[in-house]
Amino acid sequence: MITLNINKKTHKIDADPDMPLLWVLRDIVGLVGTKYGCGVAQCGACVVHLDGEAVRSCVTKVSRAAGKSVVTIEGLSQTNDHPLQKAWLDLDVSQCGYCQAGQIMSAAVLLKENKNPTDQDIDDAMAGNICRCGTYLRIRDAIHLAAKASKK
Amino acid sequence: MKQDLNSPKGFSRKIRTIAVLTVLFSLVIFMGFGIEHETKTTVVNIKAAEKDSVASTKAFMQVYKVLMSPRCMNCHPSGDIPLQGDDSHLHAMFPKRGVEGKGVTAMKCMNCHQPKNVPGLNTPPGDPNWHLPPANMKMVFQGRTPAQLAKQLVNPKTNGNKTMEQLIAHADDGLVKAGWNPGEGRTLPPLSHAEFKKEWIQWIKTGAFAPKDK
Repeated sequence: MITLNINKKTHKIDADPDMPLLWVLRDIVGLVGTKYGCGVAQCGACVVHLDGEAVRSCVTKVSRAAGKSVVTIEGLSQTNDHPLQKAWLDLDVSQCGYCQAGQIMSAAVLLKENKNPTDQDIDDAMAGNICRCGTYLRIRDAIHLAAKASKK
Repeated sequence: MKQDLNSPKGFSRKIRTIAVLTVLFSLVIFMGFGIEHETKTTVVNIKAAEKDSVASTKAFMQVYKVLMSPRCMNCHPSGDIPLQGDDSHLHAMFPKRGVEGKGVTAMKCMNCHQPKNVPGLNTPPGDPNWHLPPANMKMVFQGRTPAQLAKQLVNPKTNGNKTMEQLIAHADDGLVKAGWNPGEGRTLPPLSHAEFKKEWIQWIKTGAFAPKDK
């Protein structure tokens, strides 16, 4: 039995320690906001926070998360009012939406560590999150908007 | 006519002689310290009897083959993006070195690279401490000639502050050994780890000589 802290709630998980965290989150805990895109850490759709770091849950074993804090897109804010979530709505960033949970989770770590990122900082942080619909320009604008809003 | 050393002229000659001898003696002492200092920064604790420049450079050329293979060189790039694959192309998604060599913000090395290899082709290889050298001491291998690399490796100012003893121990570092367990689809270095370690120690213990560049 593995004990996980997910979005500030404790869960006891009966699973193989080598099971990818993504499967645990989606299939066992029922948090389906985090998506499966490639399964090999190459698309970023599966990004969640593990002790504040943007890990790829499709390749992260659930045993690595034991005793640590896991935050999914559902837990990023209590009432979906994280500055990034608001900016995403304000600028209508999403098209199909499949990659966007991972995009937001990566952007959240960027803004936590760099409150005023340049375009280059955004490239360096977000280059691992791909979007088949091509919403990159609005993602960049939304990050800048959220950074500005957080300063107020 | 024999000079009377007790006469005024003879006395000043005496003083001049003593002064010259003192200066010469001091120069010899200072030069001695200088040579000793130079020796300490390059080779430590290797007895003169063990030094063998021919054996040392021969061993280093084997070491060089390994260090310049993709499994080692890919994480010792000349730029701030690691290399990837047997063709050492720039790592997909362009992760950046960062100050500590651990990546930046949402693209830290261990966000994707796990403590162990992820199974399957085209998945991230793993190690509990996946990282690049830090920005203030990049320990570049890419593009280095044998002479340049050898000199870089023995100098604590460019080798991660390692003594010769630590350099020997570094052959058994976890991330170094991960090069011989690279995951599916990646070729191994040209020597086995045991062979590499033998040549590494041989190079160091016979004097850590740098081969001459052609």
